[in-house]
Amino acid sequence: MNFIKVFFLVSFSICCTSNVEKLEVYDFDGIEHYLKQNDDKVYVVNFWATWCAPCVKELPYFDQIQQDFKENVEVVLISLDFPSQYESKLIPFLEKKQLTSKVIVLDDTDMNSWIPKIDSEWDGAIPVTLIYNKDQRQFYPQSFTYDELSSEVRKFMN
Amino acid sequence: MNKLKLLLFTVLLATAISAQNGYDIGALAADFNLENIDGSFVSLSDFNESKGFIVVFTCNTCPYAVAYEDRIEALNKKYAKKGYPVIAIMPNNTEIKPGDSLDAMKKRANKKGFTFPYLIDREQAVFPQYGATKTPHVYVLQKNNEMHIVRYIGAIDDNYKDADKVVLKYVEDAVDALLMNRQVPVSKTRAIGCSIKI
Repeated sequence: MNFIKVFFLVSFSICCTSNVEKLEVYDFDGIEHYLKQNDDKVYVVNFWATWCAPCVKELPYFDQIQQDFKENVEVVLISLDFPSQYESKLIPFLEKKQLTSKVIVLDDTDMNSWIPKIDSEWDGAIPVTLIYNKDQRQFYPQSFTYDELSSEVRKFMN
Repeated sequence: MNKLKLLLFTVLLATAISAQNGYDIGALAADFNLENIDGSFVSLSDFNESKGFIVVFTCNTCPYAVAYEDRIEALNKKYAKKGYPVIAIMPNNTEIKPGDSLDAMKKRANKKGFTFPYLIDREQAVFPQYGATKTPHVYVLQKNNEMHIVRYIGAIDDNYKDADKVVLKYVEDAVDALLMNRQVPVSKTRAIGCSIKI
């Protein structure tokens, strides 16, 4: 009985440590370079979380954009999920969705410091999206349909 | 007469500004009459003795709001007796978020032992007036000649995750300053929250 318990505990801890290690978790300094790339690509940076229903709804559109414009666009999905829910919510969600876009996780509690650095107009509600290239950038405090997103991204090409 | 004109102008200006994007610091906040979880209707004008209010737009279903439940209750315990009671307002459309229905609000309030009014913005008319966009979203109001002046807008503190690791208690610092007739040290802050469901 005890052996089974121990076995269970050990296997649980192995599974779960390695699972969390699959996530790329950063503080704001760690994600900042995703907000200011300077090459010829268009960057589409979306802030979301599994607990945010409108975010989850539009995630497939972002992933579709990544697939449709593979050469010219880089989609970065920045999750704001709680660390306590990485294991229970975020990892299962990502495993189920199999997104092709880059997914990183932002864990930085000092939100009043980093939110204005992303955009001075952002009050902290999600979803929000930043689209930029080396010449221009625009902040979108809104949800997107696929068509809306695609037409915005096209404005940044050429 | 001139003073009156100036006052009228200020009020009109504040109303004009607030009509667009909600309230900014110094705006005059409108009173409301919203249903409480006990079935009564609550207005700011019911609180004769208060010096102001800590108005918190919050709900049952947002994880950030849940993370702050105990701290909202603690704010009421600490400041209601000093003249700044907490008034919580649930702004979400309950058809989209059934977990925020009045019944669910009652249950949550009972379970957590909330001692503050927990009101429902059923018509979704109050939160746009204030300019609240997410839960939790706090407005500290100071009462002055029956007017309610917005003195602080934003987050409760600087660490949603761990109350023990909070460095800056924005709302407490604001109310403490107002109680001492001082300027609010940080009058606007930002934090991640759940967008209000309309």
